[in-house]
Amino acid sequence: MQFESMAEFFAMGGHGLYVWLAYGATCAALVGSALAVRIGAKRQIQQLKLAAFHQTRCSSESQT
Amino acid sequence: MFLREFWHKLGSPKWFYQISTGWMIGFAVAALVLLVVGMVWGLAFAPADYQQGNSFRIIYVHVPTAMVAQSVYISMGVAGIVLFVWRMKLADVAIAACLPVGMMLTALALFSGGVWGRPTWGTWWEWDGRTVSTLVLLFLFIGIYALREAIPDITLRGRASALVAIVGTINIPIIKYSVDWWHTLHQPGSFSLTEKPTMPVEMWAPLLVMVLGMYCFAGYIILARMRIEILLREQRTQWARELVA
Repeated sequence: MQFESMAEFFAMGGHGLYVWLAYGATCAALVGSALAVRIGAKRQIQQLKLAAFHQTRCSSESQT
Repeated sequence: MFLREFWHKLGSPKWFYQISTGWMIGFAVAALVLLVVGMVWGLAFAPADYQQGNSFRIIYVHVPTAMVAQSVYISMGVAGIVLFVWRMKLADVAIAACLPVGMMLTALALFSGGVWGRPTWGTWWEWDGRTVSTLVLLFLFIGIYALREAIPDITLRGRASALVAIVGTINIPIIKYSVDWWHTLHQPGSFSLTEKPTMPVEMWAPLLVMVLGMYCFAGYIILARMRIEILLREQRTQWARELVA
């Protein structure tokens, strides 16, 4: 550990603003894009289910 | 023989969808572990630079995002060649999947570069060779994205974006050699495959972890986006229906 205390760690020797801005933006963007692809995949599967459901209903109706 | 079989199988979206499930999960887990370890190591345990002090720690997010952004662009160029020569549909899917993550990583590299430049050089932005060529990289990603949005025909869209992606790869060696060609502000590269690192091991080890983690992260996002796009394109097929049944 390079720092004596928590306060010193956050201060980053006076460069805290810059260091935390860079890390904060990077973390936010990485987490955001991971969430975006997870939501996108869920939505796409949901849509596929809906389409499959409509198709089976239509084909069963035409059979009767 | 094996390669040839693999190449043919890449023509099947169904096969790719099935095989990529494991890869995607593997990349995601590896990315999470490597990035968390790398960030904690870089922030708290790596020694401070004797000249730059603690602002040097920005290197651990700046260099990985910049490196992987360029690699994502190169992958897109390769996908462009594959699309042009072999007309492989999966290559078009790959180009589409590379764009958002490439754009994001380039923007992050520029942002962390500016934030690092402020305490180090006394300026947020400088028209320096490397920053400008990286800005061009961002515009290439945005330009190809906009081009794809503007062309409704799927074949034409693929070919046009592949062509721009291939031509744009000329910018990659420009970014690489910019620090040698124009001795302005940006410091020379930190990593090289052929030379020994100039940093002590305590400094470059966490950087290596971060670079590997960022590659895994990009791999995860690209595969996940490719799979979403495949499901969208294949929604009328039997296998896609059976997948959700």
